Amino acid sequence: MVLLTLMAAITVGVVRLRNLFAVVVLGGIYSFLMASVMIVLDAVDVAMTEASVGAGVSTVLMLGTLYLTKTEETRPAHTPLLPLVVAGITGIALVYGSFALPPFGVADAPIHMHVAPYYLENSLRDTLVPNVVTSVLASYRGYDTLGETAVIFTAGIAVLMLLKGRRDVKPGPKRKRVRR
Amino acid sequence: MRLDIVFRVAAKMFIPFILVFALYVQFHGDFGPGGGFQAGVMAGAMVIFYAIIFGLEAAQRIVPPRVVELMVPAGVAIYAGVGVASMLLGENFLNYSPFAHDPAHGQEYGILLVEAGVFVTVSGTMTVIFYTFVGRGR
Repeated sequence: MVLLTLMAAITVGVVRLRNLFAVVVLGGIYSFLMASVMIVLDAVDVAMTEASVGAGVSTVLMLGTLYLTKTEETRPAHTPLLPLVVAGITGIALVYGSFALPPFGVADAPIHMHVAPYYLENSLRDTLVPNVVTSVLASYRGYDTLGETAVIFTAGIAVLMLLKGRRDVKPGPKRKRVRR
Repeated sequence: MRLDIVFRVAAKMFIPFILVFALYVQFHGDFGPGGGFQAGVMAGAMVIFYAIIFGLEAAQRIVPPRVVELMVPAGVAIYAGVGVASMLLGENFLNYSPFAHDPAHGQEYGILLVEAGVFVTVSGTMTVIFYTFVGRGR
């Protein structure tokens, strides 16, 4: 609850602030809080990923982007009324939808009824891997993980194409070393 | 920051431990939390950390951009190659059973291999994105 309150406060700060540097740093803090929430929920894998990707690498990449752009956000040209209404309605709909969810952590929730018991019972026998998360990710759901790897690959290729390809076509005054 | 001795010394102390922890997460993923993705991000973060402290050129001398760009598709190729190899050995795509004398051991080896593929792609991608962003200049 404390974590969620802090996250809400940070969200308000991100919305209010115009200095993008502060926004990026707040985003990093938000990711760390999210990672803490994941630890509270016993999802250590997700927490690890969130802390390293969300708070670590993406913060650095955002700062690298800020280095290339301006650090002040421009004033919006339109009133924020319509986005506020849309966001509010969406939020109300999501909260309304969450009433129908089963209580947190119950064993007979629909998601635990399908294939999860099979994984839990047979993972060690089938794969000799004690960590069920790993065996589900890499073996039972190998296709999905291959797809995820392809997504990462696509992201890397896209960045290379967008940023690096253009520099080769139009050689501008390029700086050899990053000054800090 | 390149001449700041505190950062340089601290970074030199940290970086081996980051690498060891990344490898631990990679190979201990069978028993504890973590796996190729998390370990890859950590390895990528280590290169980024080094580049921030010692400069992009120093980092690119150790981890050349050419190698990193090759790592991005190489990981997917390893992963898909494991799947094709299992097909050639007479099983379904990405069914690792025929890799060893009994199916369970085969699964274990297969998981190890595909996690290695994920590691290679993820660490390569993280580093390549950082290199292209920072190497671009203003």
